[in-house]
Formats: sequence, structure tokens, C-alpha cells
Amino acid sequence: MSKLLEVKDLSVSFNTYSGEVQAVRGVSFDVEKGETLAIVGESGSGKSVTTKALMQLLPKPQGQIKSGEILFEGNDIANYSNKQMQKIRGKDMSMVFQDPMTSLNPTMKVGNQIMEGLIKHRNMGRGEAKQKAIDLLEQVGIPHPMLRLNQYPHQFSGGMRQRAVVAIALACNPKVLIADEPTTALDVTIQAQILDLMKDIQRETDSAIVFITHDLGVVANVADRVAVMYAGKIVEIGKVDEIFYNPKHPYTWGLLGSMPTLDSEEEELFTIPGSPPDMLNPPKGDAFAPRNEFALEIDTKMEPPMFKVSDTHYAASWLLHKDAPKMEPPASVKRRMQGFASTDDKDGEE
Amino acid sequence: MLRYILKRVFYMAITLFIIATVSFFLMKMLPGSPLSVENKLSEAQQTIVLEKYGLNDPIPVQYVKYIAGLVQGDLGISFQFDNTPVTDIIMARIGPSMVLGAQALVFGTVLGILFGLVAAISHNGVLDYTSTIIAVLGTSIPSFIFAGLLQWYLAVKFEMFPVALWGTYEHTILPTIALLIFPMAISARFTRTEMLEVLGSDFITTARAKGVTEFGIIFKHGLRNALIPLVTVVGPMAVGLMTGTLVIEQIFAVPGIGEQFVTSVMVVDYPTIMGLTLFFAFLFVAIILVIDLLYVLIDPRIRLTGGES
Amino acid sequence: MTQENEHKDVPKELLVPLERKEDTSEKISGPPRSFMQDARRTFFKNKFAVISMILLVIVVLLSIIGPYFNEHTMDGQDLSRAKMPPRVPVLENISWLGLNGTLTSEFDGDTVEDATKNAVMRYDNKEDFIDIRVLAEGDGSKDSAEVEATYHIYEAQEMMDQYYWLGTDTLGRDQWTRMWLGTRVSLIIASVAALIDLVIGVAYGGISGYYGGRIDSFMQRIIEILVGIPNLVVILLMIIVLQPGIVSIIIALTITGWIGMARIVRGEILKLKNEEFVLAARTLGQSGGKTITKHLLPNVAGIIIINTMFTIPNAIFFEAFLSFIGLGIVPPEASLGALINSGFDVFRLYPYMVFYPAVLISVIMIAFNLIGDGLRDAFDPKMHK
Repeated sequence: MSKLLEVKDLSVSFNTYSGEVQAVRGVSFDVEKGETLAIVGESGSGKSVTTKALMQLLPKPQGQIKSGEILFEGNDIANYSNKQMQKIRGKDMSMVFQDPMTSLNPTMKVGNQIMEGLIKHRNMGRGEAKQKAIDLLEQVGIPHPMLRLNQYPHQFSGGMRQRAVVAIALACNPKVLIADEPTTALDVTIQAQILDLMKDIQRETDSAIVFITHDLGVVANVADRVAVMYAGKIVEIGKVDEIFYNPKHPYTWGLLGSMPTLDSEEEELFTIPGSPPDMLNPPKGDAFAPRNEFALEIDTKMEPPMFKVSDTHYAASWLLHKDAPKMEPPASVKRRMQGFASTDDKDGEE
Repeated sequence: MLRYILKRVFYMAITLFIIATVSFFLMKMLPGSPLSVENKLSEAQQTIVLEKYGLNDPIPVQYVKYIAGLVQGDLGISFQFDNTPVTDIIMARIGPSMVLGAQALVFGTVLGILFGLVAAISHNGVLDYTSTIIAVLGTSIPSFIFAGLLQWYLAVKFEMFPVALWGTYEHTILPTIALLIFPMAISARFTRTEMLEVLGSDFITTARAKGVTEFGIIFKHGLRNALIPLVTVVGPMAVGLMTGTLVIEQIFAVPGIGEQFVTSVMVVDYPTIMGLTLFFAFLFVAIILVIDLLYVLIDPRIRLTGGES
Repeated sequence: MTQENEHKDVPKELLVPLERKEDTSEKISGPPRSFMQDARRTFFKNKFAVISMILLVIVVLLSIIGPYFNEHTMDGQDLSRAKMPPRVPVLENISWLGLNGTLTSEFDGDTVEDATKNAVMRYDNKEDFIDIRVLAEGDGSKDSAEVEATYHIYEAQEMMDQYYWLGTDTLGRDQWTRMWLGTRVSLIIASVAALIDLVIGVAYGGISGYYGGRIDSFMQRIIEILVGIPNLVVILLMIIVLQPGIVSIIIALTITGWIGMARIVRGEILKLKNEEFVLAARTLGQSGGKTITKHLLPNVAGIIIINTMFTIPNAIFFEAFLSFIGLGIVPPEASLGALINSGFDVFRLYPYMVFYPAVLISVIMIAFNLIGDGLRDAFDPKMHK
């Protein structure tokens, strides 16, 4: 299969009054057709910035792509002009945002907001676009689409709004759909509905999804591959099974260990001490070292490169160096990993 | 909706009633009567005059008569202009004031929105600073100083416009400019702030992600949302304009309501003062009501429940 | 992602578990700053606000001590020295400043002589002290000739030893003295009015917002009716009823002026009241009054200060406006508005009389507005960087 979207060594910085914040520091990944890549990490790890950079939606003029390539179907779109990007946005790549309460224009009818992209990218007339918008609303599971078309966002519930946002994003059958924490602001029951909706649509349209979340439960449910981000870098990337059953990076251990599961009631959750580093002055060496109980001396001096675990699995930790002392994940995390293996993906949704 | 309007009209009536009552008794407390205007009258003539104005009645009777007259749209008879009903004075003078007020409001707001929009788009650029400076000067410097400058330079020195008085369209230009600076500055400032806030909001990112052009972002998605709250400053702008007309009409000798008010104060013509005060109050309350209704119409988020909105 | 797991250049001795000297994971980068420190920093970074602040301090100082800089008094009338133009020692030698004690104007006439005659007539027939510069020769038709006349009035009046820094008014009173005394009056009116608005507004809004329920709805009904009355109408009515003067203007300004403050404070208190730190204080048995002064007021302080900073220029404007239409301060008392008003009548001939007070009031208004803007930004956590 061909690589639909390939990101190479992407760096993004924000210029603030206090100085340059290096939000993303050399991130590389790729996505194939019909595949779902989940990017996980704490708040401030740069996952959201990465995806905004893909569509050049960074706040101007503070946010800037410092270096790197974004290859979409082989073309580097990192340096595309705003005009060129307008042709790609909404048509080839589109985005679902985190907060459905604020991501719709409050003074524009929902129907018009869906039709806008259709009229622009597919040269549809209003009548045709309207018919398509009704179809889309039906497709995302909004009852009475004819009626809903003429309503304003405030007349929709939160879950309905997110469905409408998904409908806007899907209007032109994009090749890449970026979902920036699309379920975080929703109730658990609605979350599952939205996730199912996205999976269904992916099956129908064979589009690629880049899914950002900090919720590993959601990852297990939707992703084919997972990239774990920390302090603006990808620290581990691999197939979903590899990340869950055989994590190599201590940060991934921490994330998995801090995730509550149904059968973890008797044991304490594993926590990662401390908080993420200040990206105004990223620390020397491994950014995770100060919070890492498995840190090595070298972590304070040199940044770890990406070590290969398998053809599809890489991790940036000195622990993978052949001369490094062998370390095992903490017992609680290990039991957790075994738990995942035994329950497989049955408990993904709760 | 109807309930809401009725409720608002009711409040409006109470407000006007209070103003009428308070101003009536305040004026009664003051020295001065039609006799102080035409003071060379014999005893007999004085009685006739007092009779004409109904001033021989006890004050409560006068009050009831006054309020009853108000309900029928009768504001009383002027002391200054013998036998002329105050309503007629207002009618005769409302034209110029309305022309100036309407021109200043429309041109001022449109120019202000333009300045504010340009400032928001070129955020922190030269145009932003220019229009911010214009806004600060416009809100800070009293309108009579602008009026003086305009009169001195454009009328006296360069003789481009008539210095004062009323008649042709040219006569309206300088007073209009002097009046429009305040609404312009206010709306420029407001549009800029609102526009910057709207442009930073999530739904603008959604629109960008759809591939909407920069033009569409600014005018279709941005401006509409930024302008809805602008309706709320129309109230202060209207007050500013009313205050403005008092001095501007004076400076440019425009025969309007503001000029009449100042004259009436000078000659202690109480019925006219009271009538004009009530008229100003009525205008203000009516404008606020219209604005609130307008707000409901243009902002789909507001739904009326008949109670607090 | 093509790295092999070799990395031969890695020093092996470093591949050992890290000995931690201290736990640095929870270290806070940067020194801690309180909200007020942040606010102050943001404010002082705003150049306009700082310059305005300095200007205002100078204006306030001059309004206090300025009148005593020379020997002239506020109401020292002397028609023989009326309408003297500004003359300042030393600066009088720099001609473009217009502080050299001359009057200059342009005069028309059918011929140059005619125009000159007009000028001489205008300037007390003191031909010897008038410089004439011909601007247009003219051809004998009506008003075709134009001359510029410069009248050395101090020499003509044999007052070369006298200096009126900003000239004198139509009654011969020193403008410098009157302008700073007027500024003093304007500033006093504005500050007292703003202070009264603040006290009443904060008390009313605070009580209404904090106690809520029936007290609140009763107090709100009153406000709802009062707010419908345009302040212009109230101010004009009050000023007509009361005798013109400082106290009347203050009363007129404050009678409805506090409403804005009351509404803002009530809104803020309502918002804060249900926040957890206030609930916590109440749960712990803090009394109502203490909760208001200790927990609520400090948090609404910012918005109160900002609002006051905008009330002051508004009061200055209304005072000037009232005085301008002849309802405010009456001579011989002076205020900026009164000075502008009396200068306005003669401003074509003696522009200096209106120029300096007009500039001064504009500067004061701009300065207050810019400080208000600066404070608004300073109290906005979003602006703290």
C-alpha cells in the first residue's frame, strides 16, 4: 500500500513574548490509505500542534513550521501558500475538532456550514449541495435532517453538534481525516457513538484517519497503529498490539500503567511523577529523564535515537541499546500488559 | 415575543412617568414663571397670563392636568414663544437634529466598522495602530473641540464649507463630521476587539479547515459574529449623539432641538425644558427598546422567554 | 526511522542507572509571580499607559502649584491688559512657538492700503507697533488685497516688563493661572464624582449580588427603572434645579452615575459567589461581611479600578460640556470647560485663549483613557506573558 501522508522530521515553534517555544521537535510518521494512526500523549506534548501544522492551521503569525516535510500523495505541502492549502483543506484533508460547543459558527445555519465546502470544492449548486448535506446528516445519524438543516448550532445537543462537525469534515470525502480529540468533550455514551461512526465511515470511504487522544481506551478501540508523543517528539511508534503488549519506552509503560481497567480494582494505579518539561527551554538529553525512574546516566547527556524493535515498532530509549542494563517494566504494568493480551480487544469500549 | 415587547413597553412607560413626575415637581420648586419673561405687565394682565398657563390651580391639580395632557401628547405651552405649544416647537425643530443625528450615526458606524475591521486584519500592523490612535482620539477629545477645529480650518480659513447656520446640504457637512467622530471611534474600537476575538475562535479554525477563503473567513464567518454585539453600544452612541447635538448645534447655529434646549434653559422657559427633557428621555428609551428587539432578531442564539433575557 | 541499534560512539560507562542527586521533576521553572506582580509588569510594559501616567502626574502637580508660579491671581481683572497674547521669557525669541507676545492675523481690503487700514483699526490704531506683510496686491475689486499684520502689543501697551505666559482673557485675567485653577476644579469634580460612584456602586452592587434572592430582585427592579433614564437628562435637570457650581455638578454627575458600577460589581460578585474558594470560606463559617471584604472584593478590585479610570474622563467631559453650554462653572470661577467656552466666542481673533485649555483637556482625557486601557490589559490574565 502507498503512503498517503508522510511527515518527515517536522518541527514547529511558537514565538511568544518569553521566547521560542519548541512545541514539536522533529516528528516523523506516515499514514496509509484506510489506516488509523493514533497519536497519544499528555496535554502539551505537541500532538495537537502536529496535526494543526499538517493543515497549516497554526495560529499566525506566532506558530511556524521550522523545518521538515509534509508529503501528501508525494507533494510537499509544508510550504504551500494559503491559496494552495485552501484547495486541499476540506477536500483532501479535513479535520474534526475537540469541542463541538465552539467549533460551529453560532450565527450560521448548520446546513449552510456543511454546504460551504461542497459548493467550494465540488462546484455544486445550492440545490445539489443541500441534497448532499441532507444525505450527510443522515449518514452521521442525525434524525430529521431536512429540519435540522435549517437550524442553528445552539439548537443541537453536544453529541449532535459533533456529528454535524463530522459531517462537515466528511462532506467532500477527504482522503485524510484528522480528528483532534473528537470525543474528549463528550459523554462516554456519546463518545462510543462518534467512534463507531468514524469507523463505519472509514470502512465505506477507505480514508486515512489521524486520531489524537490522551485516552488509551479509545486508542485500543480505533487505532491500527499508535505513536506516543512526549515533549514534542515521538518516543515510541508501532502497531497497536506492539504498543499495548510489548511497550519498550518507560513513558509508554507509565501511560499504560496509569490507565484504569475493570480488573485493576485491587491494585493501585501506576503514576508518572512530575509534569512535562517547559518547552521554552527543553532539557538537554532525554526530555523524559527527570520523571523516569529507569533513567540512565546517558539520558542527561544525549538524546536517545529511535531504536528498532521490529519492522513496524520503534522506540526512543537508551534502554534498548545493546549495552544498556536490562530493565523490566514495573510489575503492575506488566500484569496490565498481560491483562490486555488475555482480554484482547473485547473491553475496548467498556 | 409579544409578551416581551409588552413588558418592555410597560417599563418604558414607568420610566417616562417617573421622569415626567420628577421634572414637574423640580420645576415647581424653582423660582420663575411666564412673568419673569414678560415682566412689564399690569396686575390684571398678570392674572390673565397665569390663567392661560393654568398656574392659578393648586399644584396637585396642575400635576394631574399635566400628566393627562402628556398622555394625549400635549406637552404644554411655551413661556418664551407666546401661545406656542411645546409640541409645535419640537416639531418645527426636529428636522435638522434628525438629519444630523441620522447622518452621524450611519456614516459614523459604517466608517468605524471599516476602521475596526482593517485594524483587526492588520493586527499589530501600521494600519492597526493608526486606527487605534483614531479611536483613542475620537473617544477622548470632546466633540466641541473637534467642532471648533473644523469650523476654524475648513470654514473660516479654507472657506470650503459654510461657517454656520442651516439651509443647503453643505450646511450639514461640518456638524455631521463633528458629531460622527464619537460613534465612529466607539464602533471602530468595538469592531476591532470583537473581530480579533472572533478570528481567534474555534469555529474560524473549522471554517479554515473546510478550505474557506480568507475573504469568506473575514466577511462571512467573522464580521457577522463580530457585529452582532455592536448593537449593544448603539445605546451609548445615541446618548453621545444627543449630548453632541446640544453643543454642536450651538456652535454651528443649527436650528435644532439641542439649540432650542440651551436657549430655553437660558431664558428659563420651563414648559419647553420639561417637554424637551421628556422628548430626549422618550427618544433614548425608544432607541434602547428598538436595539434590544433588533438584537433578538439578528442573533439566533437569543430566544425570548418573556422573562429576563 | 531507519536507525540500526548499533550506535558505536555511545560511551558505555554512561549506560548505567542514573544516580539522582535531587528530585528535579517537580521543579518550577522561573520565579513565582503573584497576580498583582504580573499585572504591574504588564502595565509598565505598556508605553502609552506609562507616558500617560507621567503626563497626568505632571498635570496634577501643575494644577496644585501652577497658579503660584507667577504673581497674577485668578480674578485679578484689569481691562487695560485684556487680551494680551502669550509671552514667555526666553521662548519669546523662538518665533514659531507663538509665545513672543504678538498678535498676528490676516486682513482683507480692496487695496493694500485698505487692508492695512483695517488691520491698524483692529489693533488699537497703534501703527508704529504693527508690522505689515503684503500677501496679495489686489486689483481694486472688493477684498482682493490681503495683508498679514503682526501687532507687538506688549510694546504698544508699554508692558515690556510683563509676561503673561499664556496671555490674558477678555477681562485681563492671567490665563496661565486660570487654566491651572480650572484644571484643579475639573479634576476635583471628576475625582469626587468617580469616588462617590465607586462607593455607592460597589456597596449597592455588592449587596445585591452577594445576598441575591428577594433583596437582589428588588434592588434590580430599581436599577432597571433608573437605567432607562438617560444620564444626560438627569444631569441637565439637576443642574437647572441646583445653583451652578462645583457641588451641583458633582451631585448631577453622581445621581445616576453609580449605576454602571453597581451593575458591573453585581455581575462579577454573582459570578464569583459560586466559585469554590468562596463556598469554602462560607462552609468554614466565615461571616457574610468578611466573605465580601476578604474574598470577593479583592477579586473584583481589578474591574472596579478599570471602571473608575473610565468614569473620571467621562466626568471631566460632562463638566466641560455643562460649562461649555453655560450650565456649569460660572465666572469668575474657572474650569477647563468654562475657559474653552469663553475663549470660543473670540477664537478667530485670539485663538490662544481657547487653544491651551482645549489641548490640556484633550491631553487629560487621552491620558485617562490610555491608562484605563493599560489597566484593562494588565488585569486580564490572558495578557500576562
